[in-house]
Amino acid sequence: MAETVSTEVANEPAKAISPLGYPSQLLAPGENFESVTETIGSIVLRPRQPKSWIFGAAIAFALLMIFFFAVSYLLYRGVGIWGINIPVAWGFAIVNFVWWIGIGHAGTFISAILLLLHQKWRTSINRLTEAMTLFAVACAGMFPLLHLGRPFVFYWLLPYPDTMGLWPQFRSPLVWDVFAVGTYFTVSLIFWYAGLIPDLATLRDRAKTRAKKITFGILALGWRGSAKHWQNHQSAYLLLAGLATPLVLSVHSVVSFDFSVALVPGWHSTIFPPYFVAGAIYSGFAMVLNIIIPIRKLYGLENLITQRHLNNMAVVMLATGMMVAYGYVMEAFMAWYSGDIFEQFMMANRAFGPYGWIFWALMLLNVLIPQLLWSRKIRTNPVALFFVALSINIGMWVERFVIVITSLNRDFTPSAWHMFYPTIWDWATLFGSVGLFATLIFLFIRFLPMIAISESRKIVHERKEGKL
Amino acid sequence: MNVNENIYGLMAEFPGGKEILAAAKSAHEHGYRKMEAFTPFPIEGLSENLGQKKSFVSSIVLICGIGGGLGGYFMEWYANVISYPQNIGGRPLNVWPMFIPITFELTILSGALAAIIGMLALNKLPEPHHPVFNVPEFERASTDKFFLCIEADDQKFDLNATRKFLETLKPEKILEVEK
Repeated sequence: MAETVSTEVANEPAKAISPLGYPSQLLAPGENFESVTETIGSIVLRPRQPKSWIFGAAIAFALLMIFFFAVSYLLYRGVGIWGINIPVAWGFAIVNFVWWIGIGHAGTFISAILLLLHQKWRTSINRLTEAMTLFAVACAGMFPLLHLGRPFVFYWLLPYPDTMGLWPQFRSPLVWDVFAVGTYFTVSLIFWYAGLIPDLATLRDRAKTRAKKITFGILALGWRGSAKHWQNHQSAYLLLAGLATPLVLSVHSVVSFDFSVALVPGWHSTIFPPYFVAGAIYSGFAMVLNIIIPIRKLYGLENLITQRHLNNMAVVMLATGMMVAYGYVMEAFMAWYSGDIFEQFMMANRAFGPYGWIFWALMLLNVLIPQLLWSRKIRTNPVALFFVALSINIGMWVERFVIVITSLNRDFTPSAWHMFYPTIWDWATLFGSVGLFATLIFLFIRFLPMIAISESRKIVHERKEGKL
Repeated sequence: MNVNENIYGLMAEFPGGKEILAAAKSAHEHGYRKMEAFTPFPIEGLSENLGQKKSFVSSIVLICGIGGGLGGYFMEWYANVISYPQNIGGRPLNVWPMFIPITFELTILSGALAAIIGMLALNKLPEPHHPVFNVPEFERASTDKFFLCIEADDQKFDLNATRKFLETLKPEKILEVEK
């Protein structure tokens, strides 16, 4: 024992910076089983939350009320309260849908793909990002339903033997979407809960009050952490990761089919699936950083979510951001190279038409500003990173606006051209959905462990054994 | 045989992963079979050291995944070819490339549901109460302590002899688990 400790201490300074010059610490020195469990568990178990939590949750809740108000009015009056028209029948609803579902990609990417790739740095952030995925997909799922016009018959999208003798048209990408998003939500929920079970058991055992013991006891299902339990659990968890990996790549591909299977210039493109997936992971990581940077500060989690995590996420953003930039270039190139006058007109209209300034804002937010991430100083500076991530989040929303609106507003015949201007209800629904998302995040960090406790203990163990 | 009716088994508490691995191995070598180890995080090789069989969650997932995929394709084929055929521009009714996305999604969905339900079923969860919870020290099993419990049902179990054997493993504590 004494030997391992001394080598650990001796190695610590050398380990703090890797040979490539990146911060490489997964866990601050001196953390042990009890300390990681206490740091994470006490956030949930202590009766009072910091003032900043109450302040943030109040703002989020106020936005949520706006969302309820906007949706209630929508259900009362119909989709006419939005700025949509013909030809721009897909307005903010679809922009928001694609934006939210993209944000929902980082969670499963971090949990599943990085697990299969043995990236141990995922441990401190996977739980929070999985929760983020669930909430983002919940927000996303709302928009196509609200956009239906008659949301109360949404179940017609599902295959069931109905009295009308009808079936969904399985050749339509819109029906694929129902299955893709539904499956993604369900699998993310399962994956998240599977990881939570051992941590709920920890909370059950550490809870001081009877009510908490019973609540966490029920949620933990009687988990005992026996060797048999762990063996089946690890097997199931790995299989879920294996299943979720192709799933996460497929969801945004299917979403992109909504566009690319259509014949509209600006949508009908084979680059859409990979370009959408890269964009989804890009915006997902940006949202993770926007959430995690304030949280690690407020809850003092710097020992668990270290600079290495921030740096790694920034690197993933840089890589996927370059893929997205490549997508932009290819779209313009293919429009020119196709020789198709409608494609060429669409591209010219997109960059220099009435919405041209939005296109250039997109280039600034999504392509230029993220180039700052080449600098290690930016990647390891939480404040700077927060603002770069914010720029990407806004940029990715603007990207979907450009794709949806500028492709539609100038239809094939000029007599059908029509501008799209969002109404106050469009904005209320957008910001309201941010409120829904933020409220769920605040409730989550209050009531459930936001970092995987058992996995953090495993990291402590592996460091003790010298395997890290 | 010295067996107390009210005893579920004997439990030894260890401070770390290495110790529990060695203890499990030793207990298995000494002929104990009905036993279980409890750890705050998964420890590689512990199940093997206890002589437990491999998990067959993977077979359940494979079967259900294939079933879900075939079922999904069948549903699409039945709905769009048999029950409600629609001629759209003379395109074929059984248009398999368009049926792939939903077939794929349902494969994943069935596999994932099978993984969680299979895992819980094989672990016999939910099971709100279990005798090991009668030991107050067991609360630490989900934080930083590692337990080996030899059950009274074991052929070789003898209250005194098993206690002596556990002592040779140098645990921090030996605890009696009441039923």
